[in-house]
Amino acid sequence: MAAANAAARAGAEVVLVDGEPTLGGQYYRGTPQRVDPAVEHLAESAVWAMEGLRLHIRTGAADSPHRTGTVVDADAVVLATGAHDRVVPFPGWDLPGVYTAGAAQTLAKSQGIAVGARVVVSGTGPFLLPVAESLVKVGARVLGVCEANSGTGWLRHPRAANPGKMAELAHYAGMLLKLRVPLWRKTAVVAAHGTDRVTAVTIARLNPDWTIRATRRIEVDAVCVGHGFTPRLELAVAAGCALKDGFVAVDERGATSVPGVYAAGEITGIGGADLAAAEGEVAGAAAAGSESTKSLTGARRFAAALADAHPIKPGWQTWLTPETLVCRCEEVTYQALCAATDLDAAGVRTLKLTSRVGLGLCQGRMCGRNATELAATRLDQAFFDEAALHRRPIATPIRLSELAETPLEPQEDP
Amino acid sequence: MKVTIDGVEHTVEPGQTVAGALLRLGRISWRTTRNADRPRGVFCGIGVCFDCLVEVNGVPDVRACQRLLVDGDAVGTS
Repeated sequence: MAAANAAARAGAEVVLVDGEPTLGGQYYRGTPQRVDPAVEHLAESAVWAMEGLRLHIRTGAADSPHRTGTVVDADAVVLATGAHDRVVPFPGWDLPGVYTAGAAQTLAKSQGIAVGARVVVSGTGPFLLPVAESLVKVGARVLGVCEANSGTGWLRHPRAANPGKMAELAHYAGMLLKLRVPLWRKTAVVAAHGTDRVTAVTIARLNPDWTIRATRRIEVDAVCVGHGFTPRLELAVAAGCALKDGFVAVDERGATSVPGVYAAGEITGIGGADLAAAEGEVAGAAAAGSESTKSLTGARRFAAALADAHPIKPGWQTWLTPETLVCRCEEVTYQALCAATDLDAAGVRTLKLTSRVGLGLCQGRMCGRNATELAATRLDQAFFDEAALHRRPIATPIRLSELAETPLEPQEDP
Repeated sequence: MKVTIDGVEHTVEPGQTVAGALLRLGRISWRTTRNADRPRGVFCGIGVCFDCLVEVNGVPDVRACQRLLVDGDAVGTS
């Protein structure tokens, strides 16, 4: 939205391709948003492929065969595809009643639904706090928020102090106190129990490397888990954008390594809604051949400090049992992954083909990072090819009938 | 709006997703996996994991968390 507004203000003709039915993305869900009236808003639309600066789009109800296809040739494209929750696997994480933190947030905000009556939130990062708040608002009892890290990593970054952001975090901390939701630091849900749905979880006190120090069991009817975020990079990778440290590499104007392709928001580094909007404004202006005066330095420094305070520590790998699923779609267990790794795993591609990990419906979006980290530990060497994890030339699933009737060239309005 | 879920008629509000309607009915899983026959429902809630698939108006493999219900929809779970 910020990029579209900035580009429109700079005089460009702007099309906003939006995956959601209403403006606002994942963050402003349920709170109506507006864009510059000059922006053409294509709601419920998915860019399923990108060839150079040509976008192939389907518009209509999700996964319906009756969506309409359009092709847009752009002079510049700003990618702002966002991120989804990363969840590290643990025994029972595939049971119904285990949700990502983002799912709990979305169901609460847009559907008014509490995913359970007795809920534990677990993972790492500041996002867990607003999730707990949303859950309480829709009537769930949040028994506690498990933060796997100590949360004091901040103190090592005095220069990251950002009054606005600190106030926001303090607001959530105060909110938890007021709602009587305990924040359990250095703690994690390390197993979910139940036969056909979750009925209890094992909560562990963790060492700094996330190995288990001691455990206790509590009864719940839902668990919400989030270990940071995975950027949605398929379009950026399809466009040929260079990556750096797992994100799209951009300069100070949001330009990627590909001429005409800009990037903003979580795909350039996890930083939250405010930073994403600021980056969008900068990239949108640049894409329209203008320049924004917005400075991103302070907000970026704060985001980096936040990321530093909430790392994913390798001890999570000790939570798994041989039967724990690594890949939910193809139902590949940790044991099977190890066997495949021992047999032949020269890279992401061979690992997929020998174990079937990441070959299912989600195409490795949920498990890709976890599986490659497990395999790297097993082999005692990194074989992490960032782009290989996100190479999905068809960025979002479309039906074969849609592919058959899809226009290949832009069509003039009749 | 009126929709049917597994042949039973229900009244839903505009803006409800298929997943939202199922969860409101107290159903937390509505599909089983191909290999181990394990139950699945919503996991990611934002269209990424494909755990929540349902059939809508005879078309299979529709993400329940992404699909907004419209009047007259017929939802089937496997």
